[in-house]
Amino acid sequence: MRPPRRSLSGALPVWAEVALLPLVNIALAFIVVGLIVAIIGVDPFHALRLLVVGALGSSESIGYTLYYATNFTFTGLAVAVAFHAGLFNIGGEGQAYIGGLGCGLAVLALDRWLPAWLMIPIAIAAAALFGAAWAAVPAWLQAWRGSHIVITTIMFNFVASALMVYLMVNVLIAPGSMTPQSRTFAPSGRIPAMHDALQAIGITVAPSALNLSILLALACCVAVWVFLWHTPWGYALRTMGHNPEAAVYAGTSLRRMTMLAMCLSGALAGFVGVNELMGVHHRIVLDFPAGYGFAGIAVALMGRNHPLGIALAALLFGALQQGGAELAFEIPTITREMVVVIQGLIILFSGALAHLPRPWLQILFARRAS
Amino acid sequence: MQALTPAAAAIELRGIEKSFGSVHAVRGVSLRIEAGTITGIVGENGAGKSTLMSILYGLYRADAGEIWVDGRLVEMASPRDAIAHGIGMVHQHFMLIDTFTVLENMVLGAEGGVLLAGGLAAARAELARLARDYGLSVDPDARIADLSVGEQQRVEILKVLFRGARILILDEPSAVLTPQETDRLFRILQTLKERGVSVVLITHKLREIMAATDRVYVMRQGLVVVERRTADTNSEELAELMVGRKVHLDLDKAPTRWGEVLLRAEHLSLVDDRGVRLLDDVELELRAGEIVGIAGVTGNGQSELLQVLAGIRPPSGGQLTVCGHVLDAHHPGNPAQMRALGLAHVPEDRLRQGMVAAFEASETSILGYQDGPPFTRHYLLDGPAVGAHCARLMESFDVRPRSPALRSSNFSGGNQQKLVLAREIARKPKVLLVGQPTRGVDIGAIEFIHRELVKARDAGCAVLVVSVELDEILSLADRILVMFAGRIVGEVEPGRADERTLGLMMAGADAA
Ligand SMILES: Nc1ncnc2c1ncn2[C@@H]1O[C@H](COP(=O)(O)OP(=O)(O)OP(=O)(O)O)[C@@H](O)[C@H]1O
Ligand SMILES: [Mg+2]
Repeated sequence: MRPPRRSLSGALPVWAEVALLPLVNIALAFIVVGLIVAIIGVDPFHALRLLVVGALGSSESIGYTLYYATNFTFTGLAVAVAFHAGLFNIGGEGQAYIGGLGCGLAVLALDRWLPAWLMIPIAIAAAALFGAAWAAVPAWLQAWRGSHIVITTIMFNFVASALMVYLMVNVLIAPGSMTPQSRTFAPSGRIPAMHDALQAIGITVAPSALNLSILLALACCVAVWVFLWHTPWGYALRTMGHNPEAAVYAGTSLRRMTMLAMCLSGALAGFVGVNELMGVHHRIVLDFPAGYGFAGIAVALMGRNHPLGIALAALLFGALQQGGAELAFEIPTITREMVVVIQGLIILFSGALAHLPRPWLQILFARRAS
Repeated sequence: MQALTPAAAAIELRGIEKSFGSVHAVRGVSLRIEAGTITGIVGENGAGKSTLMSILYGLYRADAGEIWVDGRLVEMASPRDAIAHGIGMVHQHFMLIDTFTVLENMVLGAEGGVLLAGGLAAARAELARLARDYGLSVDPDARIADLSVGEQQRVEILKVLFRGARILILDEPSAVLTPQETDRLFRILQTLKERGVSVVLITHKLREIMAATDRVYVMRQGLVVVERRTADTNSEELAELMVGRKVHLDLDKAPTRWGEVLLRAEHLSLVDDRGVRLLDDVELELRAGEIVGIAGVTGNGQSELLQVLAGIRPPSGGQLTVCGHVLDAHHPGNPAQMRALGLAHVPEDRLRQGMVAAFEASETSILGYQDGPPFTRHYLLDGPAVGAHCARLMESFDVRPRSPALRSSNFSGGNQQKLVLAREIARKPKVLLVGQPTRGVDIGAIEFIHRELVKARDAGCAVLVVSVELDEILSLADRILVMFAGRIVGEVEPGRADERTLGLMMAGADAA
């Protein structure tokens, strides 16, 4: 016989599993948020309208929503790839940071000599390489030394942060600058903003932080999907995640696979640096990962570790980030912290409590079936 | 009071129905389990035995039907309800925490109070009483990880009794046991029965049914086709009722045509981290066209031998030659390389090693063969080719249902086994290593698998079979090697061997 299967019998149809359940979760979260907002004396429907309008009401706000979503997609994918290998990568924050350092260094070194079509791919590769390298150390420590990856990746976030402060203050700071940031990148080291790119083909939108890095994010979604479900390496990686003993039996080296999974994960996280530094700041700055690495865990959880789900979850998180900022701006009683609470509740309902409404849905579907 | 009404059955199931999607797993089953008896349930793979018991234990909800316990209609919404009604189940994959002691596992989920100490002391007393009453002795302070499989199973049974069960469900309990441990288990079941516990036993081994049960139900395709008092039937009849035709377990094999040596082990040894010698100077030759059987009491190095030969564990010393390729401690092979050389390996613990429960059957059907053609072309997995391959395997080994897209874990235990066997045997390897070829499969499948192994041998494959079933080895093998304490202690021709001499050799007595 086999280990017992999930006890609840009425399995949900796939569409309900991937679309309806998350929607119900979000609705539940919003009801709780509405209650809290009402308690502090704000009309919840007014707040909700502000949030939605703030996130999607104009081409500028949509631009910002998508720009945030780009970062969430990268870190969400990073967490998912490691998760499919049975690894919990909590180091997205540090890997994004060091990935940014990688592309920044590449640009600072070469932007005066190389044209954009050469500079940008090299810088993107450098971001991937640095991000991967930062993930490779914890991976190596786990594979060969048995140090648990959850602990080491967390520690590496702190190390990355300290390292960046040191580098920015002492080494990379622009001569004569008072703030710890590097010199500005030359135009060949910048990723074009979306409003400029659209302008070039005759479409006018309001300027925002959105830049062409979002195309990289979409490409990564497709690439991760192809890799995980349509290549023998992705197959081996998932085998290890589900059943390491079977992976060994199949001839997969667990050490090598751990390295591969973590390097891919780190590379994906490193792309946050591309979006932030090459797309927006146009120089190396401090603290640009701003929690995207951690939020990636929630994005992956909510997106069920599937690229499509992650893209959707990233959109939601991007909209919350953008709409939340507007909300805090418009209603002074709702502070930034309040917005973080709202995000936290959504994470809670779609992550930790994701299966809360499942029994009700099952009863519903069972009734409809009979 | 009880005496006035006609004695109610300990359990009565009435008209139980259960479907999974389009699979109608249980179709209106009714059966009675009398108090203080052992009831057997037999049936082919996928007949619905495990599903039925999962319903009784509250793991699944029946689509229709009633469960009566001691004459009362009850609702089984979860295992908690089942436990409350005195029903306990021992799963084949034990649900014990390896790093805990027996006692700690016992109180898990029944700690009894905020402070553990009180609960532990009470549990210790209770454990002593159970041990006395039922003859179930285990050291309460031993760590689970240090216990043998048979002892772990005893702990599982104790756990169920500890929670006050009067009805014990065992789903293929002997599949993981050595014959000695099995004997011991059945003695325990007998004691339980004498003390008034009712036992439900699912097994594919008809001799266990004949030896232990009072009544037996035969299931086929979700139905109970027949119910018999065990005394009124025999193995042949049961086998025929199960599969719906006569079963011939006697093999007639063509004479052996020995070919070249395809696998040779010289002075092979394996020492584990703690310095224990698991394999000791093993010498072995495997020729094309023969089946070599390895007999031995479980735990004498057979599993380790398979793992080393398959490249899963590197040897500590000695040399291994596979199809002309030399491997040793410094140049160990790995399973992928072994496969490339033409070696296939059916692992003993197929459900754990040989498949991924969460994968679709089609994905499980290429485990180990995913790299390279025909499944990978231009770096991409060829989904349709994988699906078609799986469908072919299912057809030839009668894996039911024939749904390559179904999750592997949603197949019945025996059908999972057959899928893994199919994957390795259908590969037409040069060397085939098979651990416990017929574990968990029904009697019709045993007949089929034995024929397939003989067919592979006749086609020039070198086959190595490790099995705890002596009669299986006696009927399959062209040569029998006996292992004891990590060494090969003797070789016998099956024609000359009888179970007694083999038994003596397996126990380490010098039979020469
Ligand atoms: N969770 C599930 N989802 C879909 N099908 C299932 C599920 N569980 C069982 N089945 C199907 O129900 C049927 C009965 O399975 P069950 O496990 O009860 O068989 P069994 O009699 O125990 O067989 P075996 O001797 O092989 O263990 C099988 O066809 C199986 O594929
Ligand atoms: Mg079963």
